[in-house]
Amino acid sequence: MAINAKTLDKTEYFYGHKACAGCGGSLAVRIALKVLGERSIAVLPAGCMSAVGFNFPQLCFGNNAIISTFAGTASMLTGVEAGLRAQGIKDFHAVGFAGDGGTADIGIQALSGAIDRNDNIIYICYDNEAYMNTGIQKSSLTPFGAKTTTTPAGKNIRGNLRPKKNMFEIVAAHGIPYAATASIGYINDFMRKVQKASEIEGTKFIHVLAPCPTGWGVPTDATVDIAKEVVDCGLWYLAEYEDGEFKLNHRPSVFTDAGEYLRKQSRFRHLKDEDIETIINARDKKWDFINKNFK
Amino acid sequence: MAKKFLSGNEAFAYGVSLARPQVISAYPITPQTIVVEKLSEFVEDGSLKAEFIHVESEHSALSCAMGASSVGARAFTATSSQGLLYMAECLTYAAGGRFPIVMMNANRSTALPWNIYGDQRDSLSQLDSGWIQAYAENAQEALDLALMSFYIAEHKRVSTPFMANLDGFVLTHTYEVVDIPTQDKADEFLPGYETENKLDLENPRNLAFSAGPEHNTVFKYKEHLGLLNSKKAIEEAEAKFSKIFGRQYSGLVEKYKTDDAEYILITVGSISGLVKEVVDGLRASGRKVGLLRLRYLRPLPNEEIADALKGAKAAAVLEKDISFGNEGTVYTNVNSALHKAKINIPNSNYIGGLGGKNISAEEIKSIFDDMEKGKSAVKFLGIGGAFDGN
Repeated sequence: MAINAKTLDKTEYFYGHKACAGCGGSLAVRIALKVLGERSIAVLPAGCMSAVGFNFPQLCFGNNAIISTFAGTASMLTGVEAGLRAQGIKDFHAVGFAGDGGTADIGIQALSGAIDRNDNIIYICYDNEAYMNTGIQKSSLTPFGAKTTTTPAGKNIRGNLRPKKNMFEIVAAHGIPYAATASIGYINDFMRKVQKASEIEGTKFIHVLAPCPTGWGVPTDATVDIAKEVVDCGLWYLAEYEDGEFKLNHRPSVFTDAGEYLRKQSRFRHLKDEDIETIINARDKKWDFINKNFK
Repeated sequence: MAKKFLSGNEAFAYGVSLARPQVISAYPITPQTIVVEKLSEFVEDGSLKAEFIHVESEHSALSCAMGASSVGARAFTATSSQGLLYMAECLTYAAGGRFPIVMMNANRSTALPWNIYGDQRDSLSQLDSGWIQAYAENAQEALDLALMSFYIAEHKRVSTPFMANLDGFVLTHTYEVVDIPTQDKADEFLPGYETENKLDLENPRNLAFSAGPEHNTVFKYKEHLGLLNSKKAIEEAEAKFSKIFGRQYSGLVEKYKTDDAEYILITVGSISGLVKEVVDGLRASGRKVGLLRLRYLRPLPNEEIADALKGAKAAAVLEKDISFGNEGTVYTNVNSALHKAKINIPNSNYIGGLGGKNISAEEIKSIFDDMEKGKSAVKFLGIGGAFDGN
């Protein structure tokens, strides 16, 4: 049965945490656990979601959950899955929730190892585009131009100089059984992908964009809207990789104004017209590639 | 029981296999490789039913073992030197999580300079990470330790990870005749792992959480108690082991002719075999000398050290380690035990065997000669350079 807001599990598994108002990451975790259900074992590295959810004696996960080392989300997931399987335990989901830093920087080696072994795990990267837990520092998934506390926007350097690392295609290049991109702005698409991942054997990877109002500089009630807008203006895309093929799930008929998307966030407010042009050119190049290579 | 001609690594692998680990995650590093190769062969031939995980690093090896242990599976890993240092973050993590993982460490020098041969600077640098640390002397003890380590680590009042150390090459690659217990007897000795400290699908839990300043000390205090409780568990394990297998071990230390000894050499690991020969030789010429072998460094055998040295005129610690800017770490620990027991005798420190350098019988004999001079100093074997610590 297709999952939607009506059929979604009413039980809360990630509730009572102390995330910032409007936290996109906590929404991704909450919804994914509702899709996966009570027999989920969640592994979360040091990062936002573990910092807000696991403060003894206030432990907020309703399902089994454990903090891993920062670099060790995937390797601990592997151990959880193997340990349960070795004891003959079935019908569970070993699911990881790591941020952009925990995934694309410090955790990429362990993730690559797990995909290489095709361990039967679900790895969800909630991408808020910087090290938000430590106070908004640049990660390799911080987009070009973004101001962070380690890529300040000044006279000489205007924020982050490097584009966002292409985690989706890096993961796909391993020949993983299933990978997808998503956004919490398109929650039905995200739920469907989590459910699909739960039905596939082997390693599954979902890269979900999850805005952080604190780090992006948007109102706390704008999280979902901005997560939708980033897709609508073409700076993020909803796609899947399965059976060796890329598939686009959503093609905006016309892109909304990317400049408007950028300017409403304080992290991009310093950008000059030429920077926005650079971003739009990179977007168009990316879409040329998508149009050529994605079904 | 079957007798086989085995290296230390192979003997340890047989011991691990008899313990029926459910998950083995390991990354190869010289001189540990043979233990994991052997275990992968046991898994391949079906004699060991375990999930063998080919991790991409030592950090992942221990992280994976923690994942397995967190769901109540018996987990094993092995490493050495740079690998131990690479997984260092996970060492304190496993101890704090009270995950009773067993790890074999093939003692090897740490870079720089690069060196693959044995010394104990790797494990001694991790003395404070909250693991039980044992050091085997020979291949038989290595096998027996492998089996006992799970019993001790998983003991309900201990629940602490266990690092079993084997001197690189000298022990890991040296062949001896070893008695291999039968699986039936091993099963009689070591029941399956049962714990409440696990993620449980029927009774969900949150593990490995944060604890702020208010609660943190209590967790650390309990971790300390767990390690202290291992003393009793070691006694219990050895008593049960001796009953089932007939081989006896002597707890945290081995006292070799120390009862009436005036001069006692204290050391760790496989060099003890040669020290025993030297002691026998000197005894034959009428000198009252003995050896105190520290089988465990955590928990530190405070009482046992004091008890062995209380009648001695002088002591010396021979170790394959140096804590730069101070002295050998084993020496520091032994001095602490002596100080607490108010035993004030000359005690010197001999740093030897670094990077696998051979320690000769003559050098050991010269240490005993030195002891009779009644002075304390820190010396590098073969270099001299006495440091009096001032």
